[in-house]
Amino acid sequence: MNRNFKIAYKVSVIVLAVLATLLLSSLILMILGADILKTFYTIVITPLTRVGHITEVFVRAVPLCIIALGVAVAYRSGIINIGAEGQMAMGILGFTTVAVTMPDTPRFILLPFALLCGMLCGALWGFIPGILKAKLDVSELLSTVMLNYIAAQFYSFCLRVPLLDPAERLSGAGTPQSARLTANIEIGRISGRLHYGIFIALVLAVLVYLFMWKTSYGYKMRASGAQSRAARYGGINVPFYVTLAMVISGAFAGLAGGVEIAAVHRRAIEGVTNNYGFSAVVVALFGMLHPFGIVPASFFFALLIYGSTLTPRAVGVPANIVDVMQGLIIIVIVTTQMILQNSYLEDRVWRWFKTRTGKEEV
Amino acid sequence: MDLVVNILSMTVPFSVAILLASTGEMFNQRSGVFNLGCEGIMAMGAFIGMLIPFLVGGGGPVSGVYNWLGLLAATLIGALLGLFFGLIVVTFRAPQGIAGIGLQMFGVGTAGTLFRHFVGGTQSIPGMNSTPIPLLSRIPVIGPIFFSHNLMVYIAFLFVPAAWYVLFKTSWGLKVRAVGTHPRAADSMGINVNRTRYEALALGGALAGLAGAYLSVCQVKMFSDELIAGRGFIAVALVYFGHWHPVKIMAGALLFSFAQTIQYNVQGLGIDLPYEFFVMLPYIVVIVVLAFTSKNQKTGPAALGKPFNREMRT
Repeated sequence: MNRNFKIAYKVSVIVLAVLATLLLSSLILMILGADILKTFYTIVITPLTRVGHITEVFVRAVPLCIIALGVAVAYRSGIINIGAEGQMAMGILGFTTVAVTMPDTPRFILLPFALLCGMLCGALWGFIPGILKAKLDVSELLSTVMLNYIAAQFYSFCLRVPLLDPAERLSGAGTPQSARLTANIEIGRISGRLHYGIFIALVLAVLVYLFMWKTSYGYKMRASGAQSRAARYGGINVPFYVTLAMVISGAFAGLAGGVEIAAVHRRAIEGVTNNYGFSAVVVALFGMLHPFGIVPASFFFALLIYGSTLTPRAVGVPANIVDVMQGLIIIVIVTTQMILQNSYLEDRVWRWFKTRTGKEEV
Repeated sequence: MDLVVNILSMTVPFSVAILLASTGEMFNQRSGVFNLGCEGIMAMGAFIGMLIPFLVGGGGPVSGVYNWLGLLAATLIGALLGLFFGLIVVTFRAPQGIAGIGLQMFGVGTAGTLFRHFVGGTQSIPGMNSTPIPLLSRIPVIGPIFFSHNLMVYIAFLFVPAAWYVLFKTSWGLKVRAVGTHPRAADSMGINVNRTRYEALALGGALAGLAGAYLSVCQVKMFSDELIAGRGFIAVALVYFGHWHPVKIMAGALLFSFAQTIQYNVQGLGIDLPYEFFVMLPYIVVIVVLAFTSKNQKTGPAALGKPFNREMRT
């Protein structure tokens, strides 16, 4: 097997994977009777044609990136966090509670404190499945999903009763939303709704890289994820690092929630989490679980998410099409990884290739 | 007393969706495959199940045949999705947990997309009427609790002994348990491991699709994005709780359904707690139950979650 063949094999597998994704999504579009090419154009190209669109893409990329970094930390440590949706909701509650109870505190204390509080709430929501996994072997896939539903209910309860905007209570309209944040806790905007939170995301990406690859904590966490038995034999306290990974993951999701409120919505409302928690899992996988892959990946998926909001009007395709694509992308990524690792299959293709070309090489 | 009868008579029909999905998932896991995509298959089943009576009757009354046709179509689409999952995790040997999440997103997303296109907004269908069993349904207390529901409820509970029989008394059931416990030994005895897993996945998917359609055709009588609301994941958790045994799974389904029913009877119970906390209750029960039952998973299928590779030496 020569080197050129190996490269060609890898490239063609990846090309086939991309084609499979496009083909399967086209199948759904065909059932809808939509114009397939125009739909893909609307999702991927249209958002890049105007500055107003591009800033909106970045607005969606920021929470995706922050959450996906946390998801990647957990994934590398051997625990799949699909509960970021709930952790983000809890983060929003923590952040908003601080923001509305002490609005007169100076900005340089209030904003960091509120964000920290959001992170703590998210971390707590990540700690529960982490400790359950570490101590009691509870599948994190199930416990995090359940905690998502619990957090969603708790979130709507908080917006409906304790955090309800006093103005709403007076007017009797009762729209479930918190009071508007005061100016001294807002994160400023650069252009359109694009805000300075983007720098938080970029700095975090570097920090995660340094933490996971340049410190002993990161090393031990990655070891726990790669081979937990070997890690335990090597004297690593695996349950501790697994729980720590979930706490970090939850804290990131909580932070994303706080930033989202401080910079974009400026009050806690329904629907802030916007499925970011699930999309972030796709982003983390697509970014190869590495911070420097996640940053561009989060932009790409923000593009898909924003692009899909344009499709109902442009081509009559419901915005849910982005969920279909994300699901397919997860399936295709994990399948492709397995195919690339399968040396038997590669060998078989090589032998088939040799008989076809009739060349004998050593 | 009326209140207790009321709660229990809701508990039985409300448990059916979880019961069906969980029984299907039990076959998946007995064959060694952990199908977390159950939620997505249920969503697709729920959509297809309500689509057929809706398209025929336009939301108006339709002949009962179309309800059954909807259930049948949902079963078929579920089986197809089960086979699709088999392609991913059996043939390509992808990690089952994350692939299941992918299938879940794909199923829920596709159901939502197609629903918006073919149905539009919230549309209810007449759905399946209840068919009280003559004489039996007139027994006080027991009658309303067990014998005055729609036909699918009775059928679903008949599936419990049927599943037990198939799993423990037929040669196919033995094959399923063999490939889930020791695939290599099964393989050397001439059992086609991958084929058996595909068959179990098709059966599990079919039951999950039927469970989804039960929700949209028989229970809620409409479709929405939040219809399934984690029942697919609860079904997976229930399999652990029920130790991979159909009868224990039925007991679990009734327990969760009971926790779910309480939210509809809050006023009668006179408990002064916000509504949301009752909606949370079943999910909290799941976590608590998982915390107590997960440690002794040793009794489960030994090869659960492990892909089988004939060509690999171990």
